[in-house]
Amino acid sequence: MKKTLIRILLSALGFCAIIALWQLAFHLVDNRTKLPSPFSVFEYIKESILSGVLLSAIKGTLMRMFSGYAMGLLFGIPLGVLCARIRIFRDTLGMLALGLQALPSVCWAIPAILWFGTNNSAMIFVVLMGSVWSLLLSTQHGVMNISPIYIRAARTMGSKGLHTWIYVIMPAAFPSIVGGMKQGWAFAWRSLMAAEIVVALPVSKANGLGLQLNYGNDNNDIAQVIGIMIVIVAIGLLVDKILFSPWEKMLRKRWGLDAK
Amino acid sequence: MQSLLNSSHGKVAAELRSVPSSKLVIDKVSKTFTRNGKEFTVLDDINLHIEEGEFVCLVGPSGCGKSTLLNLIAGLDSPTSGTIYTNGNPVYAPGRDRMMMFQEHALFPWLDVLGNVMFGLKLKPNLNDAERREVAKYYIYLVGLERFTHSAIHELSGGMRQRVALARSLAPNPNVLLMDEPFGALDALTRENLYRDLQKIWQQRKKTIVFVTHNIREAVCLGDRVLLFSPNPGKIREDFKIDLPRLRDINNPNLSEVSSVITAALKQHLDAKGVAE
Repeated sequence: MKKTLIRILLSALGFCAIIALWQLAFHLVDNRTKLPSPFSVFEYIKESILSGVLLSAIKGTLMRMFSGYAMGLLFGIPLGVLCARIRIFRDTLGMLALGLQALPSVCWAIPAILWFGTNNSAMIFVVLMGSVWSLLLSTQHGVMNISPIYIRAARTMGSKGLHTWIYVIMPAAFPSIVGGMKQGWAFAWRSLMAAEIVVALPVSKANGLGLQLNYGNDNNDIAQVIGIMIVIVAIGLLVDKILFSPWEKMLRKRWGLDAK
Repeated sequence: MQSLLNSSHGKVAAELRSVPSSKLVIDKVSKTFTRNGKEFTVLDDINLHIEEGEFVCLVGPSGCGKSTLLNLIAGLDSPTSGTIYTNGNPVYAPGRDRMMMFQEHALFPWLDVLGNVMFGLKLKPNLNDAERREVAKYYIYLVGLERFTHSAIHELSGGMRQRVALARSLAPNPNVLLMDEPFGALDALTRENLYRDLQKIWQQRKKTIVFVTHNIREAVCLGDRVLLFSPNPGKIREDFKIDLPRLRDINNPNLSEVSSVITAALKQHLDAKGVAE
């Protein structure tokens, strides 16, 4: 308990030092259009929270994120199972997934605008493309790499077919799937930010963090740009702590250190 | 816990009091594998009768087909020719009447000890979950792990894991227990404790046990009979009846004497075959 307190205190101290350095740099640069002061960024964040703009932007962004990610889960996991199970899927779809995973998914923003128009659907599609391949591949690897002895043991105990899939194969592949969920989230988060900047620019009034970044640019307000960037980083950290840490903790507790 | 056996009523007590076992007949069983276009005879014309409740050990060097025979009895694989019968019924597939224990513990890391022991039980009809839990707890007690009922598998030592695996195999109350070098990866002291406990449990639960090992002393310590296999092709060469009193201690000098006779026989068969170990 005492140790955690000291850790938190030291961490806070470290952040204060970073902010102090920033303040120092602000004085040295002395150009408000290029580098804002920590205080002005703080002011911007405070005001945009009070006016409700920031929360509505976060809401819009997270709505897109969760819709696209949920679709990624919906498609990625079953397709991953299919690829693990049937060779022809592995050699086609699995191969394609490997290639597309390496493609920066913001590339999808251009066809997405063409297919869906400059709207939410286009951005959700980009998130889907950002997450689905990681999820597919990690499920495929997870299912293919489980120890065959689990399946043999289950069979001798009378498990077969769907029962084996639900109670043995999927739980055994779970650590790998969680790894893919985390990676898929990170890829999708990056691509959504890029997509919001690209897609939100010309038309839709759909609020989002990307749109706010654009406004900051339009207004020549560097405090707004940096403020939004800080919010994006904070959300990324928060999601990691809230969404993924509990799973990982559970895995480590149950599986021991071999769970990756 | 012993009181559980006496005091509990209804289905759980009936379940725990019933000690079914099977007679195994292995009738002209052969198994060949084809690898790189070449045919290997792993098992050649095996004929074997194992009585109800008998403890039989299969020994021999690696590659002699003893594990293959165990897989065939389990129904995980099927013979090229010949048939295996349990209580007169031919074996076609795995069944709850025959449980298998592996050298690696094969426990499911996503379940705790109780969850693992419950896995096979959940597939057994005619019991509700509360009854299954009671049955599972009895077997966890039987292998001496009641303090670890809710432990994660990775927290247990190698010997404890094999105890959980034993409880998991016993829990659905099979007629036959198939054990494939279950203690091979354990240290000597842990193994000795398990020899004693396995003999006790066998006397209590009256299972037919087929136990595969390459350790002749282990086989003599545990088995009513020790069957000596030799490879190329896998065949049963000799059938030793072990008349030593139970519970047997692996360090007993009488036991070493019997083991040395079997070891000599094995060497003779291997030399005759020109197989260098």
